Amino acid sequence: MADPIRPDSADALAAIVAEAARDGARLRLRGGGSKDAIGAPTPDARIVDMRGFSGVVDYDPPELVLTVQAGTPLAEVQALVADKGQMLAFDPFDHGAILDGAVGGATIGGIVAAGVAGPTRVSRGAARDHLLGFVGVSGRGERFVAGAKVVKNVTGYDLPKLITGSWGRLAAITELTLKVLPAPRLRLTLGVTGLDPAAAISAMARAMGSAAEVSAAAHLQDWNGAPLTAIRLDGFPSSVEARAALLTRLVDGIAPLADEEAARLWPAITTAAPLPAGVPLWRIIAPAAQMPNVIPAINGAWLLDWAGGLLWLASADDPQAIRAAAMQAGGHAMLVRADAETRAIVPALHPQPNMLAALEERVRRAFDPAGVFETGRF
Amino acid sequence: MPAPDEAVLARRGEIVAAMRAIVAGEGVIDKADELRPYESDALTAYRQPPMVVVLPETTEQVAAILRWCHANRVKVVPRGAGTSLSGGALPLADGVLLGMARFNRILEVDYADRLVVVQPGVTNLAITRAVEDEGFYYAPDPSSQIACTIGGNVAENSGGVHCLKYGLTTNNVLGVEFVTIEGEVLRIGGRGLEPAGLDLLGVIVGSEGLLGVVTEVTVRILPRPETARALLIGFPEVEGAGRCVADVIAAGIIPAGMEMMDKPAVHAAEAFVQVGYPLDVEALLIVELDGPAAECNHLLEEVEKIARANGAISIRISADDDERVAFWAGRKAAFPAAGRLAPDYLCMDGTIPRRRLPDVLTRMCALSGQYGLGVINVFHAGDGNLHPLILYDANKPGELEQAEAFGADILRLCVEVGGVLTGEHGVGVEKRDLMPVMFSPVDLAQQQRVKCAFDPELLLNPGKMFPELHRCAELGRMHVHRGALPFPDLPRF
Repeated sequence: MADPIRPDSADALAAIVAEAARDGARLRLRGGGSKDAIGAPTPDARIVDMRGFSGVVDYDPPELVLTVQAGTPLAEVQALVADKGQMLAFDPFDHGAILDGAVGGATIGGIVAAGVAGPTRVSRGAARDHLLGFVGVSGRGERFVAGAKVVKNVTGYDLPKLITGSWGRLAAITELTLKVLPAPRLRLTLGVTGLDPAAAISAMARAMGSAAEVSAAAHLQDWNGAPLTAIRLDGFPSSVEARAALLTRLVDGIAPLADEEAARLWPAITTAAPLPAGVPLWRIIAPAAQMPNVIPAINGAWLLDWAGGLLWLASADDPQAIRAAAMQAGGHAMLVRADAETRAIVPALHPQPNMLAALEERVRRAFDPAGVFETGRF
Repeated sequence: MPAPDEAVLARRGEIVAAMRAIVAGEGVIDKADELRPYESDALTAYRQPPMVVVLPETTEQVAAILRWCHANRVKVVPRGAGTSLSGGALPLADGVLLGMARFNRILEVDYADRLVVVQPGVTNLAITRAVEDEGFYYAPDPSSQIACTIGGNVAENSGGVHCLKYGLTTNNVLGVEFVTIEGEVLRIGGRGLEPAGLDLLGVIVGSEGLLGVVTEVTVRILPRPETARALLIGFPEVEGAGRCVADVIAAGIIPAGMEMMDKPAVHAAEAFVQVGYPLDVEALLIVELDGPAAECNHLLEEVEKIARANGAISIRISADDDERVAFWAGRKAAFPAAGRLAPDYLCMDGTIPRRRLPDVLTRMCALSGQYGLGVINVFHAGDGNLHPLILYDANKPGELEQAEAFGADILRLCVEVGGVLTGEHGVGVEKRDLMPVMFSPVDLAQQQRVKCAFDPELLLNPGKMFPELHRCAELGRMHVHRGALPFPDLPRF
């Protein structure tokens, strides 16, 4: 297989894509490779390394807007905004921790292309809710701009939403503009042990539906030997204190966790770290109230995030059975981690109903008529 | 608008009969006097009675109407309550106006998953009314919320005064049932937090009725914050108010609402509703904070300190909810107040980087002098969304055209300083011809290719959003190598 190509300008990239379109070649867009092990192997695709697009273009903290080149490392972006007391509110994380243990590869472009969002997605939204605009190169080999660089905009179609989570199948993102938000002054996690999944989901729903303004809520099957339901409150200290008092009235037995334990807990939840490695890892998204029906239908180890709306599942069960259980609950299942043989035949993304799949196909052709970005990975 | 197709106009009788075969009785309107109420939306400068109005009641009827129109190459304009400020629901002389008002039922309220399933003709405010007894509300609150429908909100991606903290419609919708122009009924998104596959929902929201017709909407609801308090802050110059806004955000505070009014707007509003606005200020800020009482109290102090540091000359803090509502009453009366200053006004809707505000206001003032038309400014200061109201008299020959030219200059100015043409009202017909100011031909062609993926015959709401509609074939299909996409026969399950 040919070496990766590493363009450093949108024009150079546009020429590469246009040539690939003419030749019927396939291009696989890659940042730091932290998600290489997601999706089917693509032996025939040429890799385009996007890390030539690196650096901050504009960052004005009081405007809540950050424009950055897509190949900039996630860690660099997070450090930059943290230094100004701000954050990427959708809680992005590096998949290296899940897939091969090598952390540090994730780029901001890869995060957006994969629609990566962590525990606070339940309260603050996903990457799609924070991407304001981008510059990209379509499968036609054309540089185009979509969205804008201000926090409120409805001019034209919201292509930033469409590009987020499109896994490099519409266009190569070269530059992107994100909404950033102030980071909370204080984070406090409260926990209660011993709940079964249904009771935990019900407790998390009560908390989410209250004035406690919950930032994140998760339930682990096994944390230090017992089930743990954890609810996090973020904000100004006086506010967190008042909301913690409210939460203790709402959920029997809930009490603050030590800071050091909370500091270990949330990264572990984010990357499904407590679940066994070496077993296929699934990410099931469904309405939280339906999740107690999904769990008993499958053998495996699991944890619940997003107040029960996200089930991380390590299971060697039949993929069709797992997907059927997710659909039965009104949800869908993504295969995040598996060996290459499995990934070659089990699609990573949950297959769509026929009419919807046909519409998606037409939308992909609208950006990429020759299928330059259709590597067979998804 | 595109010139009416004479051949279609000649088939009016046949088209009306086809609609009657699908929707019985009063659901089809074709008498001239009964079509009049549909001839415009809230952008009343543009009027055009539709060929026929159809008011279906079921998804099956919507699908049948669209299928027939598609098969017969008849254009369709969807309409909710007709409150669009950009002409999004402006009818076509040779088109069917598809009114969704009869889809007016709330189908399900689910407090466990904090969502409501509604038909698209339900009003924005009705969703909050349905859940407020349980302590919940639907966050986006466009000023027309008493009348505008959730289907229209989805089409326009409507915002409101609270969207800096709580987001626009797109951030609060989980799923839709959606009918394509070919009459296919699709479910996009659902009740979970994220859909599988491409985020088609993200592009449907805000698509201004050009991609399909929404027949059901699932929205998130939020618990009502425990308390809300507001500050009313006067500044002797706009710069101080602008710095105050920036400093509030730099202090890590995202207010529930943060509104600015310029001196003419303050005077107009006060004359209209007499709520005690200070009249000796150049800019007035309303800052609303919500959350637990402890948080509000803390943040009120913080904001007050920041305001004083930026030269505020008057500060009032709402003692109770009545006073908070009174602070807002003037701001919310700004539009009708403008109506007392001049027979007509145009409301603009650009967004700018907030740091450019003083500069933009100065240049707007110069333009006001140049055009000889007054302008008052209300401003969603937290997110940089400007609403200049241009005052004019439509009965004076040429004044509407002057007002429109003034408005276009303001929007060009917004784009020039790094902003956009529309923050929440949509492009519609109003800003359609300004799209090239913000987007290159390549950018626009890419957007239109998305349109073509949904509606290749360009039958849905043509004449809106795009300055010119290229036939989809003209946008160029590229050669597909050996006529095939890769891996057509890989096993997939």
